[in-house]
Amino acid sequence: MALQDKDRIFTNVYGYQPWNLKEAQARGAWDGTKDILAKGKEAIIEEVKASGLRGRGGAGFPTGLKWSFMPKEPPKDHNGNPKPSFLVINADESEPGSCKDREIIRHDPHILLEGALVAGFAMGARAAYIYIRGEYIREAEVLFAARDEAYAAGLLGKNACGSGYDFDVFVHRGAGAYICGEETAMIESLEGKKGQPRLKPPFPAGAGLYGCPTTVNNVESIAVAPTIMRRGASWFSSFGRENNKGVKLFQISGHVNKPCVVEEEMGIPFGELIETHCGGIRGGKDNLLAVIPGGSSVPLVPAEQIWDAPMDFDGLKAVGSGLGTAAVIVMDKSTDIVRAIARLSHFYKHESCGQCTPCREGTGWMWRVMERLRTGDAAVEEIDMLFQVTKQVEGHTICALGDAAAWPIQGLIRHVRPELERRIAEAGNVAEAAE
Amino acid sequence: MADRYIEPDTPELRARWGNFAWTEANAAKAKDIIARYPEGRQRSAVMPLLDLAQRQVGAEENTQGWLPIPVMEYVAAQLDMPIIRVVEVATFYTMYNIAPIGRFHVQVCGTTPCMLRGSDDIIAACKKRGMKAGHITEDGLWSFTEVECMGNCASAPMVQINDDNYEDLTPERLDGVLDALAKGETPKAGTQEPGRHTVEPSGGPTTLREMVSENHDYRGEW
Repeated sequence: MALQDKDRIFTNVYGYQPWNLKEAQARGAWDGTKDILAKGKEAIIEEVKASGLRGRGGAGFPTGLKWSFMPKEPPKDHNGNPKPSFLVINADESEPGSCKDREIIRHDPHILLEGALVAGFAMGARAAYIYIRGEYIREAEVLFAARDEAYAAGLLGKNACGSGYDFDVFVHRGAGAYICGEETAMIESLEGKKGQPRLKPPFPAGAGLYGCPTTVNNVESIAVAPTIMRRGASWFSSFGRENNKGVKLFQISGHVNKPCVVEEEMGIPFGELIETHCGGIRGGKDNLLAVIPGGSSVPLVPAEQIWDAPMDFDGLKAVGSGLGTAAVIVMDKSTDIVRAIARLSHFYKHESCGQCTPCREGTGWMWRVMERLRTGDAAVEEIDMLFQVTKQVEGHTICALGDAAAWPIQGLIRHVRPELERRIAEAGNVAEAAE
Repeated sequence: MADRYIEPDTPELRARWGNFAWTEANAAKAKDIIARYPEGRQRSAVMPLLDLAQRQVGAEENTQGWLPIPVMEYVAAQLDMPIIRVVEVATFYTMYNIAPIGRFHVQVCGTTPCMLRGSDDIIAACKKRGMKAGHITEDGLWSFTEVECMGNCASAPMVQINDDNYEDLTPERLDGVLDALAKGETPKAGTQEPGRHTVEPSGGPTTLREMVSENHDYRGEW
């Protein structure tokens, strides 16, 4: 049975109604926040753990567990004074295909701000920084204004919501760098530097922003927390399959009749998601070629494997891909699939921060080979060579951008190798290759 | 990010921008911005201050704005940072223009989700009007960049022009937007598809229909 409207968390996701505090409260935001905080830090973390919520930013790490990594007793600086802790909220939504955090921020920012307080309180943070991507200019304007409303109403700041807890929220705008979505690059950027990821360990929970304990969470992970607290872990975990609980914003782009963002139950089969909300595949189900189900960083899945696949972490892992941010990029049979992936290779080349050699050099190299494969101007052996190079980039860089650049190419070679070979043959290079 | 070139530091550039200082309003804003970060951590304010400076330059010369070296030096001095650290930031992040720019910066997304929905045609329509990367059209109106994913994938293809997004584009709809801007009008931002509100399925939402007409409270149905 499809998810009912009453169980949707982001009821104003399409922005038909104003985002302002008064209207958001009438919809249920900031409802009993003081009582939630009164349950105590441990109780909140336990409830979020019990809900089965896994991070919504791509990696799917259990959110409650992540919060519990924050030190119970603050570490001391060299003068013996306790260091503050920080919550950093990742609103640097830049993964190709992803467009959900934008809708939360511009249409229901108060849900996010309330989540910041609940999560920040649970982990003992002094303040939250919301790092919003620079290109979300109007969205940031809404967020700044919503924050000011919350301060004026006493919901944030000193004695937030009358809880006795002091908690600040600041908004920090990025300026156009995909890599800042990586948590340690985001911390570097917040400190006023180039966004180049840090080596781990130390992990942010030990030494993050300004050397203080820090947790970085995605917008959606934070924004669902207050509703989970109000309705209980068992409500949230009643949706989805074991290990894949809850509701989730799906973003469907590409060759469907009606691209959209929609909140659905985790594990909804791909076909049902598309038929119910997107008006089906352009040209009908038989016209489907392939799907990138979780944003550009996950491998594509061919049409015959995706249709009945449950859209959740394990369901997509089973077909050799991943849920990522649930950014579903649909491609019909008119797609030049090699070009579609080559364009992603260009993206990663453009966004490599330049720190690690395998990624800085490898992303450009992979893109150039992909461009030649697109036109068939290559030798058949180069397909295997490209695959090998992706394996040499994967896992050999500080952050996961190298992996993310490698996986789409690996998926392409795995699933459409005959097409690559056909193009090479058509361009007349097959004879040389065979000799 | 390597294919960007910083405007050379010439005597003419110094003569034009060497005396850059905040306007009164922006000085107050800069103070507010610095206060968002802990004491001694004012360097964190470098990104918002560069954005503010770029906007002030833009307001002075009626363009989107950019960052001449003397302006970066002004920000560096305010934050007590070495100039090279500011230049590093300005060159690393693509939203800082490090060379002069036109009145309108037309940034077409060309990444795969937009490509699948026809961004090739949008880029072609821009080129037809004389736009090309790293170039300002002769009338000073247009600069063009093909950018990477802007996060508007469910209403693709799209273009960001200065502070506003125009989504669900066709070449004709783009022409309408550009013509209006050229005439000094303010075209409606957001989706350009008639009848579509934001990112609901075109033709009306499949969920949360009550919200269309009223600020519905679903808590009563819990």
